[in-house]
Amino acid sequence: MGLETIFGSGFITSQLNKIINWGRKNSFFPLPFVTACCGMEFMATWGSHYDVARFGAELPRFSPRQSDLLMVVGTINHKIAPVLKRVYDQMCEPKWVIAFGACASSGGFYRNYATVQGIDRIIPVDVYIAGCPPRPEAVLEGLMLLQKKVEGEDILNRGAPIMVNGQAYSEERLVHVEPPMDRRANHVIASHEGPGVHPWQGFEEAERR
Amino acid sequence: MPGEDMEVDESVTSVKLKQAFAGALLGRHAEHGDDTLTVRREAWRDVARFLRDEPDLRYNVLMDLTAVDYLTLGDGGTAARYEVVAHLYSLPHNQRVRLKASVPDDDPHIDSLMPVWEGANWFEREVYDMFGITFDGHPDLRRILLYNGFEGYPLRKDYPQDKEQPLDHNAQDPTFYMNKRDDAGSETRHMFVHMGPSHPAMHGVIHMTLELDGETIVDGDTEIGYLHRAFEKEAESHTYTQVIPYTDRLNYVSPLINNVAFVLAVEKLFDVEAPERCQYIRVLVSELSRITDHLTCIAANAMELGAFTVYFYFIKAREEIWRLVEAICGARLTTTYTRVGGVMADLPADFADRLMEVLALLDEQMHDVERLLQKNRIFHDRMRGTGIIAPHDALALSFTGPVLRSTGVDFDVRKTTPYLVYDRLDFDVPLGETGDNYDRYLVRMEEIRQSVRLVEQCMAQMPDGPVQLDDARMTMPPKAEVYGTIEGLMNHFKLIIEGIKPPAGEAYVSVEGANGELGFYLVSDGTGRPYRCRVRPPCFALMQGLQKMLKGGMVADVVATFGTINMIAGENDR
Repeated sequence: MGLETIFGSGFITSQLNKIINWGRKNSFFPLPFVTACCGMEFMATWGSHYDVARFGAELPRFSPRQSDLLMVVGTINHKIAPVLKRVYDQMCEPKWVIAFGACASSGGFYRNYATVQGIDRIIPVDVYIAGCPPRPEAVLEGLMLLQKKVEGEDILNRGAPIMVNGQAYSEERLVHVEPPMDRRANHVIASHEGPGVHPWQGFEEAERR
Repeated sequence: MPGEDMEVDESVTSVKLKQAFAGALLGRHAEHGDDTLTVRREAWRDVARFLRDEPDLRYNVLMDLTAVDYLTLGDGGTAARYEVVAHLYSLPHNQRVRLKASVPDDDPHIDSLMPVWEGANWFEREVYDMFGITFDGHPDLRRILLYNGFEGYPLRKDYPQDKEQPLDHNAQDPTFYMNKRDDAGSETRHMFVHMGPSHPAMHGVIHMTLELDGETIVDGDTEIGYLHRAFEKEAESHTYTQVIPYTDRLNYVSPLINNVAFVLAVEKLFDVEAPERCQYIRVLVSELSRITDHLTCIAANAMELGAFTVYFYFIKAREEIWRLVEAICGARLTTTYTRVGGVMADLPADFADRLMEVLALLDEQMHDVERLLQKNRIFHDRMRGTGIIAPHDALALSFTGPVLRSTGVDFDVRKTTPYLVYDRLDFDVPLGETGDNYDRYLVRMEEIRQSVRLVEQCMAQMPDGPVQLDDARMTMPPKAEVYGTIEGLMNHFKLIIEGIKPPAGEAYVSVEGANGELGFYLVSDGTGRPYRCRVRPPCFALMQGLQKMLKGGMVADVVATFGTINMIAGENDR
């Protein structure tokens, strides 16, 4: 939204891309959606010791309307999943999502009736930070990765439909797509059965499809 | 046979109970020192009331209430599929008892204990939520950790662990409004305000619905369960050693206390004690954890009231302690430090020096924060006289820990039933007077200082020696033995693949967690995995009293009160 609607397509030069992305990447307003243990490391990272202000992301905004970076910090279970999705939908474009820690990325070591096996079943994710919980250094690296990603974005194409695990993201319903892990596992097994194919070559193909 | 072991080792409780209810007492045992009475289901509430009121017993605190599904153990699935288990504590006489009653599969209901102890409320709702046992006379029996529309009861043994039931719509429970809508005749128009689950002043996901008259809170409802991640179900499918990492994530602000409590419960099943040095180390790390917990609580609480500096100071102090913890066990937060029969590793060589440096820094920060807060008019205005709870209410609602002590009730598990080496250490239990937010803040500040004293004494008294029991049932053989001898190799293999196997039985262990009594109730069937692993989370009881503390106050006090309760969603929702 915003810039894209003012300028329309075909006008903006790559120089404008550069300056706008420079602004965006150095002034994230994160919304910490803190649910669990990772919140403790979130607090540590946002404390004075690790000084996240160096990356311009030191001011958490708790209103989705005022923030552009959704940090999902901790386990998401089926009871809070609709809340998370509503918060994401309320954020204005441009917006990015960081899955902070193992649980947000994949469900972590909770494989049970209550836990959502990764928030990418519900909303699109830009950066996954590994760790249970990730150390502050890892969080800062994740933030820098996102900065790199933002740097390379074409601001005109942000309006393209978002895909969540191969399905178009919908605001109307809670997506809950099939877990990508299962598909990957099946594919790896299949490629092992075929002669002479390295599993990861096939994996990339499948991801493109 | 009931009555078979009644002769041995009679306790005051069982003698009294036999006199008053001759037919109701079905059995008694005292395995591992836990006095256990099984009573007839029909007499459940009468027995409970008797235990509470009898002058020689006075069990005035319902510590825990839970259930066990015996479908796959013994003759399960027949007349006695479920067992409702209550752990009672008598503050005047400092004794504990476990009360049990069988509930059949075809008619799963039992009397509610709410008329006896108000605090049974949420515990019974949880049993209903997880096992589908209904409680007669409970005024508000509905799901608590899960949501409307969830089919089945997950802690029943026949519920598959990974059967998910995603929600397609907002899971908001409308019960609170529906009840209110009937009161259409009231004169004032009340406003309903939602706080949470995603709220800036709530470190922890809960959903409060407040009924307001102007800015005064008339009534409210607390919805929890937004971090329910099935710890108790997960524990049933993991070996005892594998459960330890899950305990880190219960109260993630003081994970070491959880580690210690869980292994103490398993050791109780084995009837063993860790070596002396290990016990000192466990006390040491528990107290370090208690310090980090209180630091985090006060930091977050002050931040939410607008005192951001305090947050930076205390997070800095916590960071230094975490570095110590990292030196001990390799992780800052998810420690997994203890093992059954010992701890993972001894303290590092330069630990004492580093500890002294950190404690000096902590002292400095404490001093700064005290000057910032205790002479601060705004802080006094927000904290004094808000969120008050009376001692008798606190006891009826099963409160423990700093919140109970702020009301002036002297109850600290470290003093009443000393575990590990607490009886050899000298420390005071700070008490409050009024039970308001300011007292809770003061109690926590003083507890940090007492914990520092304990840490220093531990370092001074700690003997040399092994930190792990030499017991083939639970301790990994050294690598040289694994590679060098067939016995070592086999033992290693069995411990890894099958897990350690405590003898069949049940045990309840409670320790003083940072928020109150943290209890682990384990039922072992003799295999490598716990048959039932129940956590008695201190926050859970505190949270059910939250609305009582808020009622009559202003809406702005919610933030201060919620902050001093220090809810940790991980242990509250498990």
